[in-house]
Amino acid sequence: MTRSPLWLSVLSLGFLALWISVASVPFLWTLWGSFKVEADFFSKQDWRYALHGIRTMAETGGAFTGAGYEGAWIKEEFWKATINTAIITCSVVTISLTLGTLGGYALARSGFRYAFWILIIALIFRAMPHITLVSGYLLPFFQLNIWGHLTTTIIVMVAINQPFTLWMLHSFFLNIPKDLDESAMVDGCTRFQAFRYVIIPVMWPGVITTGLFSFLLAYNDFALTALLLTEENQTMVPKIAGFLGNAQEQGNVMYAVSAVVSATAPLFVLVMVFQRQIVSGLTAGAVKG
Amino acid sequence: MPHRTFLTFIWPSALAMLLFIALPIISVGVQSLHIEHEQVVETVKNCGPFGCKEVEVINADATAQLQADKPLGRFNGLGTYTNRNHLAFEEISAAMQAGGGPGAFFGAVFNLPFYKALAFTLTYTFVVTPFVLILGFFIALSVNRLPGVVKGPTIFVSLLPMIVTPLIGSLILFWMIDSRGIIGGTLQLIFDDPDLSLKASPALTWITLIIYGVWHHAPFAFVVFYAGLQTVPKDTLESAMIDGASRWQSVVHVVLPHLAPLVVFIALIQLMDNFRVFEPVVGFNAEANATSLSWIIYNDLRGSDGATLFSSAAATSMLTITGVCILLAPVVLRTWRDNRQRA
Repeated sequence: MTRSPLWLSVLSLGFLALWISVASVPFLWTLWGSFKVEADFFSKQDWRYALHGIRTMAETGGAFTGAGYEGAWIKEEFWKATINTAIITCSVVTISLTLGTLGGYALARSGFRYAFWILIIALIFRAMPHITLVSGYLLPFFQLNIWGHLTTTIIVMVAINQPFTLWMLHSFFLNIPKDLDESAMVDGCTRFQAFRYVIIPVMWPGVITTGLFSFLLAYNDFALTALLLTEENQTMVPKIAGFLGNAQEQGNVMYAVSAVVSATAPLFVLVMVFQRQIVSGLTAGAVKG
Repeated sequence: MPHRTFLTFIWPSALAMLLFIALPIISVGVQSLHIEHEQVVETVKNCGPFGCKEVEVINADATAQLQADKPLGRFNGLGTYTNRNHLAFEEISAAMQAGGGPGAFFGAVFNLPFYKALAFTLTYTFVVTPFVLILGFFIALSVNRLPGVVKGPTIFVSLLPMIVTPLIGSLILFWMIDSRGIIGGTLQLIFDDPDLSLKASPALTWITLIIYGVWHHAPFAFVVFYAGLQTVPKDTLESAMIDGASRWQSVVHVVLPHLAPLVVFIALIQLMDNFRVFEPVVGFNAEANATSLSWIIYNDLRGSDGATLFSSAAATSMLTITGVCILLAPVVLRTWRDNRQRA
């Protein structure tokens, strides 16, 4: 390749610098602002108050304050929502991966036409906005008296997650050569034994990647958790939305800001640790076209 | 794989989807044909010292009993679909007869809740998707030129807007564009207009939401394109260079055709995801100026005005599902045709 002209390099780098700041500054700004008081982060005079923390110093004596975090975590009991989120995400990931690996494996190895149609139906299900399904859940759930429990929400989320999980794992299993489990079956294994002893040991990269996306779906959900859970079972995202409703009156917007930062932190760690898997997962579906 | 084995492997997953996706859709369909009970009203003779009066009283017990007996409500046929809050046939034909040109007609139509939401949802879907593709493509091209050491951190930062919870992402931006926030305050300074607020006018709200959408989804397109760029055949690029193609020409004639299948893939995923746009409307507190189909269902179900409007939500859901099917129809048809050719 010839070396690129200077103007192109400058243009490309400049564009990238712009994108990087657009992608990162909102997070840094909110992180910084969460340690200020409302009069600084939402300054009526000048946004630069948030930089220097003029009001924060006047109100609390220091340039930084943990008041927002204290209010959110202790006073508004954000820790409860955190525990609920942890329960929901862990269960959803485990259950949907278990069901998904079995189903995805079957879809990848079945040569029949109906496997193809199941995948197409799954694609249509995946396109369904989640909230349209919620309007189908509410009345039956009220009737059966199972509305509001964590268990119900977990099962619903696993089901909603299935189409995506099936697609993803199906394409991963397609990449594992057929000969592997078929030779095991020639050696006398049943299909289950072949799956257990030959496929399971080699499937983990695909499972981890799919698990990451199941985790994100459960963690980021708002439509389901906002409408299917009682107030005490609420997870982090609807809880934050709840802060906004009453925070405006109480002047505690900073609770919401701190809660937002708290809920984003685990996602940052996740991307840092699993960056490669996320990238490979996003492209897995695309490679097949 | 024999049918039996296939079934043993797939039944848990299939059952979950049947119970919690297929059945709910049917339940929504049935619900949308019903409507909440009216309260049972009785005429009671109320006799006082000055003679008797006939008074209408709500019989609470009977109402509760009726509700318990038939939780679905009473049958309403397609009444919910055609009422003012949904397809609004009457209002539309009234607007048509009123005359006043297309401007007045569309003005009247887009004041109806369903059409207002539909207009925003479609605009959002079909504006965000192409911008995501373009922005993602250029980010991928630029990152691809970077030296290896800085690639990792760049990709990390680029992933953030996509990975963040949609509601949280929109809140973070919402706080910044608040007239007391950093971007809102700066804009007021630039335009020298202390009353400038991005939340005030419909047009500005729509633009804000669309910018958020592009910001949130661009990383997805970027990652897919970036992976695609790694597989562009080097020798084709080189021979294009030798044949005298300029840098731009080789991008247009070699790289783009190579990435074409990816464009289809990204566009499909984006159409599906953007059509369900919901969290930004809540996060940006935008419901006064911009509502989406998902948002009006949420609003009915949340029961903000007292009662939960199950039937109204169900009818909107059915219309939304119809919309999804229309969006997906070309894809499904194409796959079906491909599959038939192969078989």
